[in-house]
Amino acid sequence: MSLIATLGRMEAVRAGQAQPAATVCHRRLSARPLVFVPLTTAGEAGAPLGALVGTDPDAPRLLVVAQPRDRDLRFAFLAELADVVLPYIDGFAADVEAAERTETDPETGKRIKVEAELCADAPQLIVPSRAGIDFVRLLGRSMRFRRTAEQDPETPYPAPPRVPLLGRWLTHFGERARVPGSSLLLALTDVLGLHWTTGQSSLEDQHLGALLAWIAPPDGLSGARAALRAELARGADDQLLCPPAGPATDPAFDNRLLAPAIERYDRARTALAAAEDGLEADDRLGDLTNAEKAVRDLVESRTLPTWQAVWRGLDLLRELPEGAHVADRWTRDRWSFTAHRDRVAAGEPPQPRRDDAVTAANKLASREREQARLDAQEALDDPLVMAGRRLAGEAFAGEVVDVVMAYSESKRPSPRPLITVRTADRPHLGERAKVYRSLDGRPQTAEFVGTQDAGDDAVLVLRIVDKMGRGKEPEAGSVPERGDRLCFTLFEHDQRGGAKLPDPEHTPWTHGGPPGEEAAVAETADPVTEEDVL
Amino acid sequence: MHERLDPRAEPPHRAHVPDLTADGPKGRAKRTRLALGAAVADGGWTLLDHPMLALDVAGSPAFLEPDAVVVHPDGSWTVVEIKSFPMLDGSADPAKVGAAARQAAVYVLALERVAAALATDGEDDGEGGEGEDGGVHGRVPAVRHRVLLVCPKDFSNLPTAAAVDVRKQRAVTARQLTRLTRLEDIADALPEGTCFAPDRPAGELVEAVERVPATYAPDCLAACELAFHCRDRSRADGAVATLGRSVRADLGGLATVEDVLSAAHGESGDPDDPAVAALRRAAALRAEALAGLPRIPAPAGAHATETTAGAHATETTAALQGVPACP
Ligand code: SF4
Repeated sequence: MSLIATLGRMEAVRAGQAQPAATVCHRRLSARPLVFVPLTTAGEAGAPLGALVGTDPDAPRLLVVAQPRDRDLRFAFLAELADVVLPYIDGFAADVEAAERTETDPETGKRIKVEAELCADAPQLIVPSRAGIDFVRLLGRSMRFRRTAEQDPETPYPAPPRVPLLGRWLTHFGERARVPGSSLLLALTDVLGLHWTTGQSSLEDQHLGALLAWIAPPDGLSGARAALRAELARGADDQLLCPPAGPATDPAFDNRLLAPAIERYDRARTALAAAEDGLEADDRLGDLTNAEKAVRDLVESRTLPTWQAVWRGLDLLRELPEGAHVADRWTRDRWSFTAHRDRVAAGEPPQPRRDDAVTAANKLASREREQARLDAQEALDDPLVMAGRRLAGEAFAGEVVDVVMAYSESKRPSPRPLITVRTADRPHLGERAKVYRSLDGRPQTAEFVGTQDAGDDAVLVLRIVDKMGRGKEPEAGSVPERGDRLCFTLFEHDQRGGAKLPDPEHTPWTHGGPPGEEAAVAETADPVTEEDVL
Repeated sequence: MHERLDPRAEPPHRAHVPDLTADGPKGRAKRTRLALGAAVADGGWTLLDHPMLALDVAGSPAFLEPDAVVVHPDGSWTVVEIKSFPMLDGSADPAKVGAAARQAAVYVLALERVAAALATDGEDDGEGGEGEDGGVHGRVPAVRHRVLLVCPKDFSNLPTAAAVDVRKQRAVTARQLTRLTRLEDIADALPEGTCFAPDRPAGELVEAVERVPATYAPDCLAACELAFHCRDRSRADGAVATLGRSVRADLGGLATVEDVLSAAHGESGDPDDPAVAALRRAAALRAEALAGLPRIPAPAGAHATETTAGAHATETTAALQGVPACP
């Protein structure tokens, strides 16, 4: 944690309320996100118990698995989930704009521009917490290799038709969430934590209720007390007043309320199966419906508070103006969405269980690049983030106290003005280090020439080297003037692509060699056993 | 086990599974020791199902029960840990694997003590004969530092296993064990008559617990049943570690939130102290960046002292009844 963030936490303790950690919103918040609040079953790692899902804060769709050990009920849950999620995703697939993409020409090996389609907007999935993202990945992994009866009439437990497709999409969202700065799948606790510092530790910030309590405490209550209440307070029935955001549930709920309700449902089902005539069956069907409703009510009672909390959190975030570079990163998300749409449409097989060496290296390299890009963009968009970089000596802000025109010594001299900047910051500048400032959104480079002593402040001489036009005299406005307040960074504003990796067919033997024939065989479905949990 | 950890040994056709039942943990630990000694002398594969090990923790013995220990034909030992979290496509949740590795490391340490003890017993015995305590001729049996983690495979209940290297966890735990203050020393420092018996009145118990020095950090929340109590106390003291273990590192000697804030705002502290100077620069930069933002009004009546839930966590929680929990 940076010292500025640490101070923010202490100010929050003193004020009894969260303090800003950002002055703009650093993630895209879709106008129509799909919120997903899942619950899992204790003890059956990953078995879904139910969920609230939907795009309308006032009309969530409740999905429930009344007996999580029952494969048919689980499949029904997944099919229903597909019925909500897939139409939502499809709603973004058709609206496209023309765009250009750089590709490597297979014959000449040159980088060329090709016409391409780009979806005008992309779907956005919001889950309450980081564990929710893991669960999305788990659901994706469990579904994408399933076989439907149509794909394979022999398959022992065919999955409902759209379930494998949902698995591929959830896998894509889960993978994309690993890319720094992406907004396709967001955990609300992470996004809130990015924009506010609370008076508790980042560990405790994982509790959505406590985090919101600090950010917007109810009237008359300090953040600390409201958070304590969200964490611990129990009602007369010994249940948490603010249920955990899931997917895991509170053991007191599992044992005292859920387990008996599921048992009752099981009994009602057995009784119905044993019914001897129509009249009796009617009666018992009524019991079963009631028992099922009881489980549904329980699931709803544990998910609805979280559902409302998620929307409240989104409303709080929407009060912040969007950072200037967020649209740029969202465009990358749109590319990622469009590309996956195309892969699905082209009938490509689901994402493999494990990436081959080249794909894995590519992913890693692109994540590193995106992290650097994100770090730079967040600092440029937000003075509070930049303050952290200035404190770390990676940027400095100051006033221009002198400008001297100078020219390069070539046949066609170009402008190389020297500017003197006075700053209270302490940048770690090496000899001839390059520094960058934003000139109408584009980075202008300067070279560090030297420093003059001036007591407490540092006085730095810099030579501007680009973005001044082609003429002998610099274009108007391209050279700073005396009295300007500028902010220079030691890090680059744009990230160039890293070293080029070979195509998968040329994977070196040190990394397992080319994928060869085994990779061409489609991945098989998971074997099915009696006691599967997902 | 053969496939994952010891492929060069003869494949196990059958394994001994000695009976380890005995009275009480001490008896079972002794049976385990005998069985281990016998298995080494015996050669071949032996599986000890839920053996009992004793380990000295802060001066008093603690009894540990690993899921299983396997003795290899070469006489070396491996800890087996069975967990309920799934191994998906050959990998599992790193946090959970880490916890399992830390747990297994403790078993490895305990086994190493047993191995050393068996070797000495063997020597004392002389004559090359097998001692009544199952001595192993002065040769210390090796305890392998790769343990076998057994988990459900993917989404099923079928078992799968992977070898996990616990060298690092073993070293850390060994260091922590030697550094632990001896329980007796802690007890000596407490006033005469302090009692932790659960049948005491709650107020008295809380007071007793308060007397034991504790250094709370947020990681306690996942590990210790006293965490909410310690957190209340730590918050009431304004201790900076309440906000995270790493927080303390940047703050020099400043231990409380109020000290840090007053140093940062120039109300106290020595400006030549590098920690204080860094704090002031951070505070100035932060204020400059926030200057453009509208101030957030503090909630009515909210003040730091209000967070002092003090010693009585339950009371605090009780006092909060009747206010909506999910804001
Ligand atoms: S919470 Fe537990 S481990 Fe942490 S300081 Fe308190 S007693 Fe010690």
